[in-house]
Amino acid sequence: MIIQRLLNHKLAWLGLSLIAIVLLISLFAPLIAPHDPLAVDLMKKLQPSSTTFPLGTDHLGRCILSRLMYGGQVSLSIALIVVMFTTLISLCVGLVAGYFGGRLDHGLMRLCDVFLAFPSLILSLAIVGTLGSSIGNLIFALVATHWAGYARIVRSRVLSVKESHFVQAAIVSGTRSLPIMLRHILPYTLIELTVLATLDISHIVLHIAGLSFLGLGIQPPTPEWGAMINDGREYFRRQPELMLYPGLMLFLTTLAFNLVGDVLRDVLDPRMEKQMRVKTLKTKLENG
Amino acid sequence: MQQMPSDTAAVILRATDTPTTPEAIEAMRERLGLNRPLPIQYLDWLWHVLRLDFGRSFITGKPVLQEVMNYLPTTLMLMTCTTVLIVVISVPMGIFAALYRDTVFDQFSRLFAYTGVSMPSFWLGFLLLYVFSFKLGWFSVTSRGSIVDWILPSITLAFAPAAVYARLLRGSMLESLSQNYVLYARARGLSERLVVLRYVLKNAFLPVVTVFGLSFAHLLAGTVVVENVFALPGLGRFAVQSILNRDYPMIQCYVCLTAVLFVVVNFGVDLTYSYFDPRIRLGNQEI
Amino acid sequence: MAEAVLTVDQLRVAFSGRSIVHGVTFELQPGRVLGIIGESGSGKSATCLSMLGLLQRATVEGSVQLAGQELIGLNAAQLRQIRGRKIGMIFQNPASFFNPIATIEQQFTETLRSHQSLTQTDAQSSALHHLSTVGLSEPERVLRQYPFQLSGGMLQRVMIAIALSLKPQVLIADEPTTALDVITQMQILRLIQQLQQQTNCAVLLVTHDLGVIAQMADDVVVMWNGELVEQTSVNQLFDQPQHAYTRSLLAARLTPRLGEKR
Repeated sequence: MIIQRLLNHKLAWLGLSLIAIVLLISLFAPLIAPHDPLAVDLMKKLQPSSTTFPLGTDHLGRCILSRLMYGGQVSLSIALIVVMFTTLISLCVGLVAGYFGGRLDHGLMRLCDVFLAFPSLILSLAIVGTLGSSIGNLIFALVATHWAGYARIVRSRVLSVKESHFVQAAIVSGTRSLPIMLRHILPYTLIELTVLATLDISHIVLHIAGLSFLGLGIQPPTPEWGAMINDGREYFRRQPELMLYPGLMLFLTTLAFNLVGDVLRDVLDPRMEKQMRVKTLKTKLENG
Repeated sequence: MQQMPSDTAAVILRATDTPTTPEAIEAMRERLGLNRPLPIQYLDWLWHVLRLDFGRSFITGKPVLQEVMNYLPTTLMLMTCTTVLIVVISVPMGIFAALYRDTVFDQFSRLFAYTGVSMPSFWLGFLLLYVFSFKLGWFSVTSRGSIVDWILPSITLAFAPAAVYARLLRGSMLESLSQNYVLYARARGLSERLVVLRYVLKNAFLPVVTVFGLSFAHLLAGTVVVENVFALPGLGRFAVQSILNRDYPMIQCYVCLTAVLFVVVNFGVDLTYSYFDPRIRLGNQEI
Repeated sequence: MAEAVLTVDQLRVAFSGRSIVHGVTFELQPGRVLGIIGESGSGKSATCLSMLGLLQRATVEGSVQLAGQELIGLNAAQLRQIRGRKIGMIFQNPASFFNPIATIEQQFTETLRSHQSLTQTDAQSSALHHLSTVGLSEPERVLRQYPFQLSGGMLQRVMIAIALSLKPQVLIADEPTTALDVITQMQILRLIQQLQQQTNCAVLLVTHDLGVIAQMADDVVVMWNGELVEQTSVNQLFDQPQHAYTRSLLAARLTPRLGEKR
């Protein structure tokens, strides 16, 4: 039913189709890319678009189109991994903090505040800068920057769900904490988290691009849109396409996820409240 | 920091072209006090900070505070211009999008919001540079003279926040417009202009002000990228270089400064909020 | 019979196609209190709000005449002349109807100054005068307060003061006592009655409480599902209810007498 309402939104259609395009291109890059994105050929550097090189070549003679396609792979796969870890950590922290409350809650929230106080780019910059810019460190840095915001939202959702009748009934009837958290509270947090995650993928992709642009993210020669923009800086007068195309890809991908996430939020939010009310009523009726 | 792959002592030695033998590294560590226990180092640092002594840069050897003060004005100027721009763009846009809801203008502001949030700032910066500096020649790429130089960087930095705040203000205004006090104000025969100005606007601004305080950190993060793009000698760009150079005293000072700025801004926001909302100021007193 | 001050003829109110009020006709006589009784959703509030054009997204048809002047279809400037000055309004649960971040003085004086050219000082003294008329013992203090600092009963008095300060011909009271405790209810109702007799203004009293009707109204109009089902004097209503709905309303009252068969 959600899918149906989603499809009614024109914007969602636009967003979903954009995402589909980007995902498909990224997935099938090895099959459809005209050239090897890492193939350097200095004889062919900085060529404009031609039949061999539809979008031209960069300063090392590599095919821009191919690099764009492969770039999607890198950014999106890392973003997905980051989202997974972030969701996991923030779920744990948020559930525990919201459910148990008290000093544990306070402590965890102070920890969140510390992380939230830093401008995200700067914190990740610091982490990657100190630890070195491997992919593992990059993922770690991104998760470290993003988890705190999620955790707060999860916690506030947990707090409100905890007050609802069916959870109170479970607590009163002596159910142990873990089953309550997992069976009753978790489902409601997941929905909201999905919306957040969708919106956040766009932030993470931009974040990765930003770090790569500054030289601290994905290292050359791996193609990545932000890094490509950085590469193209020197030639921005001669051949602005070097910066134009990767930026356009970034923009469109981010836009797509934002559109879908926004519509998802509109669609899911009122439904969620209704769902909770129905469950409350059912419990009331069942308990007489 | 001692366990970091790139040893501070080694970095410094390299910077001064001294051969990095184990003995030399050990000697340098001794000199810098890096072989003392961590808590001692932290306390020592804190003690110095309270006396506004942030130590000396590992790379340039000059006092950190002095270096930072060189770069601070640029960043502050950028942030001020950006804030002004954000207000100038988002306030009218938000207000009119709410008052003329569902019109073309409203749709446009929505489009603007989506674009703003999705636009990579570094890309936007170069786009603007290309179009306005290079092609149209309106702005010189390099001069650092008047306020005109700040226009493109502030637009780049202000783009996304302005779009978001416009929508936020719109939502807040719509919420305000649907409140009972608006109905009663109209029922008393007050002019629509008075109702919008005194009743709707003032109430609508409150949540937006809070959000502004919270997202100040993002603005700070944005300066890193924008200063890089426009080659502005500001703190953000300097911070990146310090991180790359493992210049820890600098990094520490930067982090400290960021935190201070953040606290000051939030404090300002709290003050503003309590000034406007008497419920906060006076607490909930009942007669 | 004197000429009616307010004549409503076939008033219809609809929201996006859904009809809320299906053609209501009644008259309000000068100096009299007309009670509109009905349950929630009967359309009584919508009727009153639509008279002043206060329903933003509604289509209103029919005729509402105030001493000969047609109210439906007026433009904004003309409506401003009517609202407050010719027809005053007070609402239930007054706390949410005041601007939370402005003092009582600000809200009172701007109302006065919107309709009359007064200086701030004159408006202030007028406000003080009217606040004491409604029984507030420390009017200077009340003026300085913010709405959240006053109780429901006091805010209701302020509302009444504001409404009457403009000397309207009609006062619409939309469930003015519903959110108040019983004692305050009585006090407010007595106040309204007293002031109404002093100023001879006609009152349109909307309520769902038969007790309020019994105490205050001269004539009664019963609304149900957007329609006017009975219109009569208050005595007739209680003695000889005509419509089935009215009868069920009366029967639904709790009778505290022991041993009496219902």
